[in-house]
Amino acid sequence: MSASAISAPLATSGTREARAARGPKGRTIGMALYMLFLFVPVYWLVNASFKTNADILSGLSLWPQHPTLENYSKIFADPDWHSAFTNSILMVVINTVISVSVALPAAYAFSRYRFVGDKPLFFWLLSNLMAPPAVYALPFFNLYSATGLFDSIWAVALAHCLFNVPLAVWILEGFISGVPREIDETAEIDGYSFPRFFVKIFLPLIANGIGVAAFFCFMFSWVEQLLATTLTTVNAKPIAGMMSRAYSAAGLDWGLLAAAGTLTMIPGAIVIWFVRNHIAKGFALGRV
Amino acid sequence: MDSRVWDNRAWLFVVPVMAFVLFSSLIPMMTVVNYSFQDSMGQNSFFWNGPGWFQNLLDPTTAVGARFQGALLRNFAFSFTVLAIEIPLGIAVALCIPKSGWRVGAVLVAIALPLLIPYNVVGTIWQLFSRTDIGLLGVALGRSGVPFNVTQNAGSAWAVIVLMDVWHWTSMVALLCYAGLKAIPDAYYQAARIDGANRWSVFRNIELPKLRKVLVIAMLLRFMGSFMIYTEPFTVTGGGPGEDTSFLSIDLVKMALGQVDLGNAAAYSLVYNLITLTVCWMFFTYTTHADSKDVA
Repeated sequence: MSASAISAPLATSGTREARAARGPKGRTIGMALYMLFLFVPVYWLVNASFKTNADILSGLSLWPQHPTLENYSKIFADPDWHSAFTNSILMVVINTVISVSVALPAAYAFSRYRFVGDKPLFFWLLSNLMAPPAVYALPFFNLYSATGLFDSIWAVALAHCLFNVPLAVWILEGFISGVPREIDETAEIDGYSFPRFFVKIFLPLIANGIGVAAFFCFMFSWVEQLLATTLTTVNAKPIAGMMSRAYSAAGLDWGLLAAAGTLTMIPGAIVIWFVRNHIAKGFALGRV
Repeated sequence: MDSRVWDNRAWLFVVPVMAFVLFSSLIPMMTVVNYSFQDSMGQNSFFWNGPGWFQNLLDPTTAVGARFQGALLRNFAFSFTVLAIEIPLGIAVALCIPKSGWRVGAVLVAIALPLLIPYNVVGTIWQLFSRTDIGLLGVALGRSGVPFNVTQNAGSAWAVIVLMDVWHWTSMVALLCYAGLKAIPDAYYQAARIDGANRWSVFRNIELPKLRKVLVIAMLLRFMGSFMIYTEPFTVTGGGPGEDTSFLSIDLVKMALGQVDLGNAAAYSLVYNLITLTVCWMFFTYTTHADSKDVA
């Protein structure tokens, strides 16, 4: 891939972008159009969640004609939905904690040292980040059945480590490389032992990076559904598993599906709010 | 890069990661390799089948080979289509993000929202949105006379899936580009102003070259993401109409978990994985090469 190959597809649309970005007014209009594109489909789901099924199916209306909270109360009253939400959140939290804590020392090693096999190892890690979950669905099914972890939240939390551990290493390595290594050396001269230096001095320095890595682990684990539904049946059923139930019996329960979908957007929105100041650097994986 | 010290004790730091990757990648992969060279008579009795499954898979005249080839071509077409739309659009959106004030945070949070919606919910949103009876998009297109039907018309199904992916992932490209743009020192823009450069030449000569690094990351992530896509199109179309939106992952899951066709599915998995590995390797060598050039 050369630089010219990258810029080639951009050249044709470039003038349009330049025009859109000309003045502050052009920028505002461009952004408003994009927001409209993002939020109209979301609005349609939220809109449906406040309608009864009869209302949804009777025809098109831009807002609920008979607003109702019935769909939400159905979810809040059902212990199956409670456990589905709890399971989903627990899987993600366990996975995030494991991924970040395992990745921290490795990212430090990749950033600070050269050692036998460092490059192949880093590539191997990266390749796991890119591996299609569909390839792993069947072997994971076998592996977790054999180890007795099948249908537990641990199965999904561990399975998502496949891509989240490499992702966390990748992001943290970027952030750690941004910290000058003179700091490590000064701490050593000042008589800090390595563990004390790492916890007391180094971790606070890369706190943003840890936050960003945790955010990404949360994000990719929260949205992934193929492995989460393949590795669970009854006890550890995540939200996606419960949602597919709305598809089966007696037609489609659109109202319930829409309400559940709306609720799944809330944890994500909360998490983004916490990292809003670091989100841009985070998406560049600490590499700008 | 070059300031790193040579010390093999660093391996100790990598051991925990190795343990996890061995458990969640290497061991499962070995079972796939195992299946791919064996055939089963049922009751867990396996026998050596050599490269039979692979020959079958890579020969487009066989049923499995034709299936694989079809899914592969569809998937490449899909990946290139979404890349061609999302990368330029993402750059344009990044240029539209406000420069300062409270609106920056609000805009960043708002455009990041689609990235945190579970994939099956993304599918549900677009399934609902494109329904010809109760969906805003489907009804609007129907009334304006466009022949639109996701379940029967392959063109409609493709349009919705591409639109859904653009909706879902353009923000990621935009956020990456925004990070790249933020890293450009103001002095560059001032120099351009002094030279009397117009907006287009600022974009072409300052912004675009500085975006190269993040664009490579964006292209890799989007290529991989679209190449392994499963849940979203499966929720919207189920791979149909017919096989028209059946991408590699959808086809593979059907084969592995639906039909439990272990030998074929294992060979399928390995070839599929090998393609992603190749692309990943190209990216890896390109970036390490570019990094070493930056240092020099």
